[in-house]
Amino acid sequence: MEYLAGKYDVVVVGAGHAGCEAGLAAARMGCRTCVLTISMDSVAMMPCNPAVGGPAKGHLVREVDALGGEIGINTDRASVQMRLLNTAKGPAVHALRAQADKRAYQDCMKMTLEMQPGLDLKQAMVEKVVVEKGKIIAVVTNTGARFEAGAVVLTTGTYLKGRIIIGDLSYPGGPNGQYPSIGLSESLQRVGIGLGRFKTGTPARVDRKSIDFSRMTIQPGDEKTRNFSFVSEIKQREQIPCWLTHTTEETHRIIRENLNRAPLYCGVFQGRGPRYCPSIETKVVRFADKPTHQIFIEPEGKNTTEMYVQGMSTSLPEDIQLAMLRTVPGLEKVEVMRIGYAIEYDHVLPTQLKLNLELKNVAGLFTAGQINGTSGYEEAAAQGIMAGINAALYVKGKEPFILTRSEAYIGVLIDDLVTKEIDEPYRMLTSRAEYRLLLRQDNADLRLTEKGCQIGLVTPERLQLYEKKKSLVEAEKERLERTMAPVTEKIKSILAKVSSAGLPQQGISLAGLLRRPEISYEELRLLTGDEGELPEEVKEQVEIQVKYEGYIKKQKAQVERFERMEGKKLPKDIDYGQVKGISVEAKEKLEKVRPGSIGQAVRIAGVSPADISVLLIYLEQKRRRGEKRKLH
Amino acid sequence: MLGDTIAAISTPLGEGGIGIVRLSGPQSVEIAKSIFKVKSKDWPGKKSRELVYGHVYDQSGNIIDEVLICYMRAPNTYTREDVVEINCHGGIMPLKKVLETVIAGGARLAGPGEFSKRAFLNGRLDLAQAESVIDVIRSKTEAGLRIAAAQLKGDLSAKISSMQDRLLSLLAMVEANVDFPEEGLEELTVEKIKSLCEDLMEEIKEMIVKADAGRIYSEGISAVIIGMPNVGKSSLLNAMLRENRAIVTDVPGTTRDMIEEVINIKGIPLKIIDTAGLRETEDVIEKIGVARTKEAVDRAQIIMMVFDAEKGLGDGDLDIVGSVREKNTLFLINKDDIKEKLINVEEVTRLANGRPVIKISAKEGTGLKHLEKEIFDLVMQGKATGQDEVLVTKIRHKNALEITARCLGEALEGVDQGAPVDLVAIDIRSAWEALGEITGSSVTEELVDRIFRDFCIGK
Repeated sequence: MEYLAGKYDVVVVGAGHAGCEAGLAAARMGCRTCVLTISMDSVAMMPCNPAVGGPAKGHLVREVDALGGEIGINTDRASVQMRLLNTAKGPAVHALRAQADKRAYQDCMKMTLEMQPGLDLKQAMVEKVVVEKGKIIAVVTNTGARFEAGAVVLTTGTYLKGRIIIGDLSYPGGPNGQYPSIGLSESLQRVGIGLGRFKTGTPARVDRKSIDFSRMTIQPGDEKTRNFSFVSEIKQREQIPCWLTHTTEETHRIIRENLNRAPLYCGVFQGRGPRYCPSIETKVVRFADKPTHQIFIEPEGKNTTEMYVQGMSTSLPEDIQLAMLRTVPGLEKVEVMRIGYAIEYDHVLPTQLKLNLELKNVAGLFTAGQINGTSGYEEAAAQGIMAGINAALYVKGKEPFILTRSEAYIGVLIDDLVTKEIDEPYRMLTSRAEYRLLLRQDNADLRLTEKGCQIGLVTPERLQLYEKKKSLVEAEKERLERTMAPVTEKIKSILAKVSSAGLPQQGISLAGLLRRPEISYEELRLLTGDEGELPEEVKEQVEIQVKYEGYIKKQKAQVERFERMEGKKLPKDIDYGQVKGISVEAKEKLEKVRPGSIGQAVRIAGVSPADISVLLIYLEQKRRRGEKRKLH
Repeated sequence: MLGDTIAAISTPLGEGGIGIVRLSGPQSVEIAKSIFKVKSKDWPGKKSRELVYGHVYDQSGNIIDEVLICYMRAPNTYTREDVVEINCHGGIMPLKKVLETVIAGGARLAGPGEFSKRAFLNGRLDLAQAESVIDVIRSKTEAGLRIAAAQLKGDLSAKISSMQDRLLSLLAMVEANVDFPEEGLEELTVEKIKSLCEDLMEEIKEMIVKADAGRIYSEGISAVIIGMPNVGKSSLLNAMLRENRAIVTDVPGTTRDMIEEVINIKGIPLKIIDTAGLRETEDVIEKIGVARTKEAVDRAQIIMMVFDAEKGLGDGDLDIVGSVREKNTLFLINKDDIKEKLINVEEVTRLANGRPVIKISAKEGTGLKHLEKEIFDLVMQGKATGQDEVLVTKIRHKNALEITARCLGEALEGVDQGAPVDLVAIDIRSAWEALGEITGSSVTEELVDRIFRDFCIGK
């Protein structure tokens, strides 16, 4: 029996990392919002590794934070360890990575949702979307509750027709012992949404008490306390270490001997798994010459003895998992608390989406996270906030909010999803970003906070912090450019000591000195004896902007070319079948993706430069014919 | 895309009195100024459409050609953009040099039909003309692709893919380390980057030199000499070589039973293939020879079928004539200097069926001027086409190689200055992309594939 359970501006289905951001963003933009979750106890659950961030992923976290999202703040609160990775490399790829207390992470996020004005959090399993005249109008749960909505955001993760696979055992299920969502897949197909099937997996969780850490190498966090969020003020935090060990010949032997029981090699899977996250059995088969693989043992939280075995993701049968774990140094007597498994699930083919994450054929229906074929908490959160923002804008009748590839990793992520046809779960990589020197984690606030402010997500406190930082950076950069290095014996001798060239005859500005690779900002201050202390993040920003100016300029020139192409918009109603002179393949692809701009069209595989030329001419023809008609 | 400045040779190639290199776009004047020197210093002055006399110099300051230059101010031009036309001496070499110089100066080589495309997009051509612009783009693109594919066969293609492969492995190593810093992957050392970039620089420079000498491409129009044994095919080739300055001799990679030479006929580079060896022996090599000859005949734009005036027409001659029915064939009756001839000229003329029949003497050098005129006419009438696209492809490739070399140079500079590897990777990536322009591949996808192929990564 169906009944009206509520009327909202925005309904979010799912409360994982995408759903939480979507719900919060919509509510913070003033929409009456409802977030529905299969279980109240699985809000913001981390069913795989207990970590947030790392290269590209950490960049996404900072961007979501700069826009006014929650993942950064929440990670800072729940973190039990942080490390800045890639510090030996350039600033563009420095990446913060946190180990999180999973329970704390969930509790903090759930509380944030509960306390958010304008947001209702409810336990319900949605089984049906209701579409009228090409528009979403409501969702209905398995108990008959009908939630009417101006816009709906689906963030169903790996729940859609979820199937768990452990060796030859396979049963319907969601992640981490949850219910799967069975009915919704069919409902989506009925309204004309195409689905694909992906697979992913997770390793076993083992009992800390049964581990011999003396046989492993300790992996502590950084001594310096760091935060993801530009507004977090946590100065001190207890750090719990991770541990490094490795597989042995014996581990590999056991795996090889039992491959006939591995679902991956006996055809049980239908879904396509990610290459960047291979199971241990895949690693052993594909990289047969590697005698050993790294294993990290990571804490799942402060108040639990469960430990995550990173590097041992598997869908081998339970007995084999146990046997192989016990061949790893330090795990000889290990007790497994949760067994590793693979999960298969339905996802929406993301080329059906517009750049605002709205389905092309169902107005007001948005999707975000793993349902779009991505993997990772951070990728989910990034899409979540964008879908939430765009659902709110849709309800208010405003223009969509879209970030480009030159503005944010978020832009790269979404553009890739809707433009390229992905054939494995999509993970963000720094190599996917053409302009990564501009898209640094240190300047995410400088890139995005004003935009977040314009759409109404950024709090006044955040804006104030941003403006202060920005003006300090500008002032200091100007001072460095303006001030000439004093010609003193002291400076000369220090320069000689760091084997830097001497001071040139015509003099050199402080900025000029800083551009020398061997001179850091701190050294510059020592050189000139400058007084006055600037905040850490300001010094960092100044140093990067000055030191890498040459490379930054080069990328900015590339971006200018890129933006010219992005600026040429394609009309929404274009009928590619009517465009004469475009290749058949290009027609098909253009029809499928329906790119928003010439720039996006260029990125579609199968669309050639000649096709683009012809398209431009077609558009001009159409425009002039339109003008003629107006005259008559 | 719109907004940049494009350049191309806008007159048909061949021996004209003049040829024109045309620039269109906002930087036209700036680029022209940087390569053009004139006595009166204020070129282009206020007057639009004024012909000014001067010289074009290359980057090293050498005079390339004496030219007349004309600046046409937007919007009253063909493309409605600023246009500069450089009137050079006709002939392929000065035009090619001038075009390369403007490209080095910052112009982009125009794509197929791009001037017309701009003219239309900027409102200069009317709607009715749009269709023909599309046709030009399509047909020129297809011709270009065919030629590029043909030129990429063999040595050049193998070299470029080997370079791309090495660059990609290097990049994958950098990127895998950046994206998966805790996997314990092999770290890329500065020395490795340096040595690879230096090696590649060497190879590319060598390729550029070769490209200049015309060695690595099939140059211009190809003509094949066929005929029965001892009719004087090789003598004809030698005679033509004597008459004309040879651009290149002894091209490596030719087969033992075929000789290739490039000669210059009134500015048109003509590659002549002598199929000596045809039917001269009865062994296995002969069979290979026949197959190769057939292939050469299929690829050639012009065929020189040689008959022996001393002998009558034999079955062998008729077979060969039969096999070249569709082609631009010139019927050459050699040994015209011999007094006692058995050949039936009327019969040859009948076989020629309207195609030119020329009496020559390879030995005495008579009739060669006539032969060259006929070849020239075939090219000029557009019957033996392909050379515009060949030249454009060549310049495009050379340009891509030069950009690759420049990017590698910048990568090396970065390494020397101690830039972090991920920044050096930006230049390596650009180098790869420049090579990708030649082979038509895109870096991002291949890079991601390579990372996961080469490195064991995962949680």
